[in-house]
Amino acid sequence: MSIEHGVHHDGLHGDHHDAHHHGKFIAHHFDSAEQQFDAGKMGIWVFLVTEVLFFSGLFCAYILYRYHHPEIFVQAHHFLDKVLGAGNTIVLLFSSLTMALAVRASQLGQNRSVAIYVLITMVCASIFLGVKAVEYTHKWDMGIFVRSFFQYDDHHHAEGISRYLILASIVPGALLACFGGLALLGMTSKGGFEKAFWGGMAIMVLGYFIGVGGGMFYMGMSGGEHYTPTELHHDIGIFFSIYYCMTGLHAFHVIGGIIALAWIYYRSLACHWRPDYFGPVDNVGLYWHLVDLIWIFLFPLLYLIN
Amino acid sequence: MSNPSLAQQYFGHAAQHNYLNVSKGWKSWAFTLDHKRIGVMYLIGVTFALLLAGVFALLLRAELFTPNKMFLSEAQYNQMFTLHGAIMVFAFIIPSIPAALGNFVLPMMLGAKDVAFPRLNLMSFYLWVIGTIFLVIAMITNSLDTGWTFYTPYSIRTSTGVVAATFGAFVLGFSSIFTGINFLVTVHTMRAPGMGWFQMPLFIWGLYATAIIQVLATPVLGITLLMLIAERLLHIGIFDPKYGGDPVLFQHFFWFYSHPAVYIMILPGMGVISELISVYSRKKIFGYSFIAFSSVAIAILGFLVWGHHMFTSGQSELVTLIFSAITFTVAIPSAVKVFNWLSTMYKGCIALVTPMLFAMSFIFLFGIGGLTGLFLATLRTDIHLHDTYFVVAHFHYVMVGGTLTALFGGLFHWWPKMFGRMYNELCGKITCLLVFVGFNVTFFPQFVMGSRGMPRRYARYDIEFEAFHQWSTIGAMILGVGVVIGFATLVYAAFRGPRCAGNPFGAATLEWQSSSPPSFHNFDHKVEFTSPYDFSTQVYDEELDSYVHRNFTAPAKPAVPVQPQSI
Repeated sequence: MSIEHGVHHDGLHGDHHDAHHHGKFIAHHFDSAEQQFDAGKMGIWVFLVTEVLFFSGLFCAYILYRYHHPEIFVQAHHFLDKVLGAGNTIVLLFSSLTMALAVRASQLGQNRSVAIYVLITMVCASIFLGVKAVEYTHKWDMGIFVRSFFQYDDHHHAEGISRYLILASIVPGALLACFGGLALLGMTSKGGFEKAFWGGMAIMVLGYFIGVGGGMFYMGMSGGEHYTPTELHHDIGIFFSIYYCMTGLHAFHVIGGIIALAWIYYRSLACHWRPDYFGPVDNVGLYWHLVDLIWIFLFPLLYLIN
Repeated sequence: MSNPSLAQQYFGHAAQHNYLNVSKGWKSWAFTLDHKRIGVMYLIGVTFALLLAGVFALLLRAELFTPNKMFLSEAQYNQMFTLHGAIMVFAFIIPSIPAALGNFVLPMMLGAKDVAFPRLNLMSFYLWVIGTIFLVIAMITNSLDTGWTFYTPYSIRTSTGVVAATFGAFVLGFSSIFTGINFLVTVHTMRAPGMGWFQMPLFIWGLYATAIIQVLATPVLGITLLMLIAERLLHIGIFDPKYGGDPVLFQHFFWFYSHPAVYIMILPGMGVISELISVYSRKKIFGYSFIAFSSVAIAILGFLVWGHHMFTSGQSELVTLIFSAITFTVAIPSAVKVFNWLSTMYKGCIALVTPMLFAMSFIFLFGIGGLTGLFLATLRTDIHLHDTYFVVAHFHYVMVGGTLTALFGGLFHWWPKMFGRMYNELCGKITCLLVFVGFNVTFFPQFVMGSRGMPRRYARYDIEFEAFHQWSTIGAMILGVGVVIGFATLVYAAFRGPRCAGNPFGAATLEWQSSSPPSFHNFDHKVEFTSPYDFSTQVYDEELDSYVHRNFTAPAKPAVPVQPQSI
């Protein structure tokens, strides 16, 4: 790419280039900022359509099995904790609000505000994952796995912190140490850019542990009251297969969203956004709203069955 | 080109500074964002996939020369046809015309400098590479014997490399989705000033309809393959009857993608043919809007017919009837295209050059492939023909007779544009003849033996089918020789062929306003929009040995076309 841009500027096509008064962030193949913005906007909408269709297979499986085995779904949903699910829903809704505020700030060219709002959005995403980790690992402790590994054992859940939860927290813990260390290193350099970026990343990962702490606190408060069924349906594992597939795929999208948001955060710190150039914030925002929206469907479908 | 300075005036200075020599070194190709270079890399890649899968096909046909074992065991035979199908479908046919030819031609036809998202375009290519590598890894390490359809529950039980292969197909799916997104957005936002939707070349309409399918159908394949991988690794019980799952659900999901994917394979080919027929008949395309809308109609109807692959799967009778009826309606837009092509040729000034010969054989072969589809859409006859060689012959007539023929036609047509050099006309014609004859000798006997009950996917067969199989094998060898000669001709032309000017065929679409090969930015001057099928705008200039826009030359030039040279 650099080579081509070299040619681009070496006078061969100089006249061609100057004719369009290209801004700093307008790619060479677009005629104007509007054309670039329109292309990006349409691209992200089409991409969101593919995302919806990507999830559609799982929604189809859900509809089919719920239609054929409603009793499994009614019984299985008792294993899901409505309060944690509702809490996560509120967290994601709030993150959508801050994302919308970030988009507005980017349109006004207020890069500092964009950075703050995007950071809050990322922290919310991490909290969501933390709570989800508590929910998942709690189920694994009780032997609630996908269909073939499903081995429910109610007596297993009450011994301190779950081993699975510790395992799940290794990567976030390592990331926290890593980002924190880089932020400390950034303290020594001038300018504060690195400090702000890596510090933000560290705060973002901290969100995961806030989520885990909150989730565990709630679990402790509710006193480990568990649904104790008299007799489990022999195919109840299919519900959890679908549950893990849907929420797992959604969690991957949350992680993808965090990476995209980190990129926006970086560019906000570098003051890239201007009233005539804010497309990436807008587009990542749209993606984030979709991730949020999918959860809005998943929550009632999985947690609120009656 | 006899007069360089004049050529420079019209086509720009790019004959000397073109996209091929603008920068050097492998990095300038590996990290290029130029749609033309990505198109060329795609072309090399899909050609490799075609040859690999083609070798498998020839091995299969060689084994079938006698009813008994020659050199492949039954298990090896199963692996061979699976790899032939999987690599042909996922790594060759689906990306062939859109990603290779389309990438090169689409932005230029629109008068744009590049596709809307060049980075996504490069990423799409590398996803193609990764996906193909996974397919090859599956092939080398553990092989694969499920058929390209990966039907459950067998694909859950078999010991072969289903996970690597399905992951490869999953990644290839994303490559396809990204190409689709890019093309949709490029067509919407980057048309040349003055080019409305109904002034677009029909190849663009074909690619646009293809992109719609790529974007709407491929994600469903993606999630289906992920669920299959999860089923295999974790036994989630969605497709596996042993754990309460439904294997027919997999078939529904799979064909919800893979039937529309059939149109991903054929629609771009139809677009190419629309261009070729019009250019080499030197006549305005007949029924432009009918051809354009029939592409979109095929794309939409393609989503509603997947159940016709499952007539014998035990789905309800009512559903079967509905799918059968909708399948028949697909014949209407397909026929609209064929009749419009024939009407375009009627009273045209037809030049029987290589691309036109390919276009004409496309119409013939697609006609047979399309009409035999109606036999299979009819419920009664399908019960008899299901899973026989009749089906094999039918879809090969569409995919090879259709898509491969169109790809060759398109390559010969745009080759001078891509590399600035002319191919050898005689070799081109020999290619076309061998492909046409070889193809028919291969697959026509398969219709006959299929209707007499020869099942597909069998390594051994009854002695009564021996003669058909032997004809088929001989035809396959002829076809293989034809394909190799074709690529040899093209490769030779790209390096050693005589240089040619910007517009040697007198085509009116915008890509011919650039030099051959085009400059890095495609056009060095402002693109002058002309109607894509108004050939009166293109006049032959002897000094340039090329067609130019009539406004460019002195008014006394002859408007009567000089036929493209032929041997």
